[in-house]
Amino acid sequence: MSDAAGRITEISGWVVRARATKPLALREVVLIGNERLIGEVVGLERDEATIQVYEETEGVAPGDPLYATGQPLAIELGPGLLGGVFDGVQRPLRSLADAEGGFIGRGTRMPALDRDALWDFSPAIEPGQNVREGDVLGRVMETPALAHPIVVPPGVSGTVQWIAAAGPRRVADRVALLDDGRELTMLQTWRARVRRPVRESLVPDAPLITGQRVLDTFFPLARGGTAAMPGGFGTGKTVTQHQLCRWAEADVIIFVGCGERGNEITQLVDELPRLVDPRTQRLLAERSILIANTSNMPVSAREASLFTGVTIGEYYRDLGYDVLLLADSISRWAEALREISGRLGEMPAEEGYPPYLSSALAAFFERAGRVVTLSGGHGSLTIIGAISPPAGDLTEPVTRHAGRFVRTFWTLDRQLAAARVFPAVSTRSSYSEVPAGVRTWWSERVSPQWTATRDEAMKFLEEASLIEETARLVGVDSLPERERFVLRLADAFQEGFLQQNAYDAVDACCAPARQFELLETFMRVRREGKDVDFSALQRMKMGAAP
Amino acid sequence: MTTAGLERRGLTELRGSLAFIEGVEGVAFHEFVDLVGSDGETRPARVLSTTERGAIVEVFGVTDGLKLETSRVRFHGRPMRFGVGPELLGRVFDGLGRPRDSLPPPACAERRAIGGSPINPTRRAYPRDFLETGISAIDALDSIVLGQKIPIFTESGLAHDELAMQILRQARVPSLGDAAEKFAVVFVALGLPRDTAARYLDALQASGSRGRVIAFLNLADHPTAERLITPRLALTAAEYLAFDAGYHVLVVLHDITNYGEALREISAARGEVPSRKGYPGYLYSDLASLFERAGRITGRAGSITQIPIVTLPSGDLSHPIPDLTGYVTEGQIVLDRDIARRGIYPPIAVLSSLSRLMSDGIGEGRTRDDHPDVAKQLYAAVARVERARGLASIIGVDELTESERTYLRFGDRFERELVGQRGDEARTIAQTLDRAWSVLRELPRADLTRVRHAVLEKYFTP
Repeated sequence: MSDAAGRITEISGWVVRARATKPLALREVVLIGNERLIGEVVGLERDEATIQVYEETEGVAPGDPLYATGQPLAIELGPGLLGGVFDGVQRPLRSLADAEGGFIGRGTRMPALDRDALWDFSPAIEPGQNVREGDVLGRVMETPALAHPIVVPPGVSGTVQWIAAAGPRRVADRVALLDDGRELTMLQTWRARVRRPVRESLVPDAPLITGQRVLDTFFPLARGGTAAMPGGFGTGKTVTQHQLCRWAEADVIIFVGCGERGNEITQLVDELPRLVDPRTQRLLAERSILIANTSNMPVSAREASLFTGVTIGEYYRDLGYDVLLLADSISRWAEALREISGRLGEMPAEEGYPPYLSSALAAFFERAGRVVTLSGGHGSLTIIGAISPPAGDLTEPVTRHAGRFVRTFWTLDRQLAAARVFPAVSTRSSYSEVPAGVRTWWSERVSPQWTATRDEAMKFLEEASLIEETARLVGVDSLPERERFVLRLADAFQEGFLQQNAYDAVDACCAPARQFELLETFMRVRREGKDVDFSALQRMKMGAAP
Repeated sequence: MTTAGLERRGLTELRGSLAFIEGVEGVAFHEFVDLVGSDGETRPARVLSTTERGAIVEVFGVTDGLKLETSRVRFHGRPMRFGVGPELLGRVFDGLGRPRDSLPPPACAERRAIGGSPINPTRRAYPRDFLETGISAIDALDSIVLGQKIPIFTESGLAHDELAMQILRQARVPSLGDAAEKFAVVFVALGLPRDTAARYLDALQASGSRGRVIAFLNLADHPTAERLITPRLALTAAEYLAFDAGYHVLVVLHDITNYGEALREISAARGEVPSRKGYPGYLYSDLASLFERAGRITGRAGSITQIPIVTLPSGDLSHPIPDLTGYVTEGQIVLDRDIARRGIYPPIAVLSSLSRLMSDGIGEGRTRDDHPDVAKQLYAAVARVERARGLASIIGVDELTESERTYLRFGDRFERELVGQRGDEARTIAQTLDRAWSVLRELPRADLTRVRHAVLEKYFTP
């Protein structure tokens, strides 16, 4: 590795070309220049390699050396991920800060998982047992909130010759030895751009409860499903995403801050270690992972960040957990794709995006799902992608293509946001293909009346918005009393149901039973058609009795 | 291998502010070079892309009159740097960091690469300290905190210069107390007309922060490409002041629209594939590389707060420059021509303005206990004013309900008494909130549903 495998011939931003003197592999990790910046081979033609560099290339010159590693860009998987903050190529940002200070420097390489941390390993099998991929070798408590099974990596099987005794082990220590001489550790690696194998894919059968009334009741997201959340700037995308992070009923939360603001990541870094999960009374930091590649960090690493996140998500899914991945935002990722494609000199399609934008989006969203894992357990990976459409235009390429691959579509509305109605989810332009399993879940767990009441509320919202249009033209006073009543109730419904205060201790998260109770109360008032104390109705969401 | 000290005669191509050099080896990406014409004048330049055969450089100076054969290129073997130190305070520079105040160049001991490095998100300190501008509409409804980046979206002919100068004159950090002298201003002119820049300099000199101001002036007739360098010099200086010298630095970048257009010009000259309206696909990332240099760092005393000014091309908020600015910054202050026409200064459109970092920077112990309630109630009430006004314009005021007419009255008082203020009037946050209550009393008490009961008891009854 100390010998150069080639020389740099050309530098243009994140894209570097080199003449290789040793054979390189496509997608191999290479190190660039004397500072050994991390890069990945993205193209090979005769002896010329095209490299996407994951760090700032200022100062790199033609003639500088190129070093090969012989390894593909791989994600480290094992205990120690939870509570971590990583950049787009999985460098641990906290350790990086300890080494470099407040600003991110260049050429610092660090393993994602701390090699010195000790984990209390307890074996789950005996020597002599046959194991296959996915089988559990032992366990560690990764955090007080989550047990981490140590499993046989995909593609590996054999007879266990030796298994480590209970006790503290480092992540790269040998914990099992197979009869073919293969040593297994608690550390696995996986190539970020390749799906992890499963035994079987299943259809989603339950909603992922988020505690957000307008989402759970009207536009539910299935466990293992996909959602896109387009919204112009200032429509509350970030606050809504942070709410989902805090309250969604998933075992593991992965937040990918992909080309967004630094302070937003900081807010999560600050807050997660303090937020208590209402269900388990454990800290949220004990079951969440942040991937942070902010807008001013290298664009090329931003492109990689989604795949880093989704690979970690699949890993915890394979351990039998329900994982939620939030990507903020898909648009910034697509822009990174566009920038790199431009530097590679590829022929652009719509708005300068590469022609493979659609297939790249599909490759990402399709990694969501509910599965039977290799070990026969159940796990799921749900993906929510925020989209920042330019000028709030929902017909732009990223929103349009993402819309094809998701089943739930939450549109954030600028007018609602301007009136400070949050979450600013438009009930007219959002949609969700509610799977039968989700309806069954609500009927069985909450109320057999759920589907009927929800459909009634949908109709009511549509009616109210039509009346509102008329009122805008002729004035409320000219409307018949029945229609004025609908408007009054719609106002109350907006304040008392759709609107949810993220900063209020009671209102921030609303349990399914409570959601239905509120919905049913409003619909009862509607059926009776008589004015009630609307302000009392609105206060119900804060926990007051009707 | 370094090119430091190397000099080469002759260019192969000149196109706008781009120059192509062949026959040099080992030129580093983003290397700083000098381009010297037969007139003997030195123009700084930066390498945009480099191969074994040569390099493309962008020239920060006038390229008219340059000849291919006689131009010489001098290589520095390193990226562009700017000297930082306390000597910078009180100085006025041109867009390339050369003194414009007839004083000798500052004798700075340290020179830093101007591109900056990203702040590690785990080492950012979340901004929470209220910055009082003395402008009611901002302090009450779009409160700014130290370390925030919040642009002013405006149009030609609106009072953004008056507003920005008033902010620069009045800005103070109540929580700083005795450490008030640790407040500094960096003013960055990007393609501004000469007289506008001069007015800013006068206003800054007249303000109490004299001696704690640094100005960088790239004027309207200065080379376009220079605009890409100016803000980076200024932010390098600001980072020194904030994170080494412990100052709370307010950076005004005026005007980002000119910056964006410079970026487009260079991109077009390079023949890059454009995205929207001819702007390069990396406009967002490029703007982020400026705006994300705002912030605070754990364990360091100072902060960088940015107020970029964006003139909306033909008033279009969806134009790529304001649109992408809005996606990077933490809110926006929107000026509105209709409000200006009604004679209100500053003409701030309350509903389309927003401060994302507000909720953590206000309230008890930061501004005043009633601040969050007042803000929420005002937003809700102003939204109803807008509805009533829209209705009134269709069916006439006479047809409105009594409640709607009340909101019209409230809306007028709100604009005149709370939003409106004199150009020389600095209101403390307490004065601002008291005024807000005075206006809110126009509404029936039962309508104030966004105010907590205890707060209502304390403040509603005069």
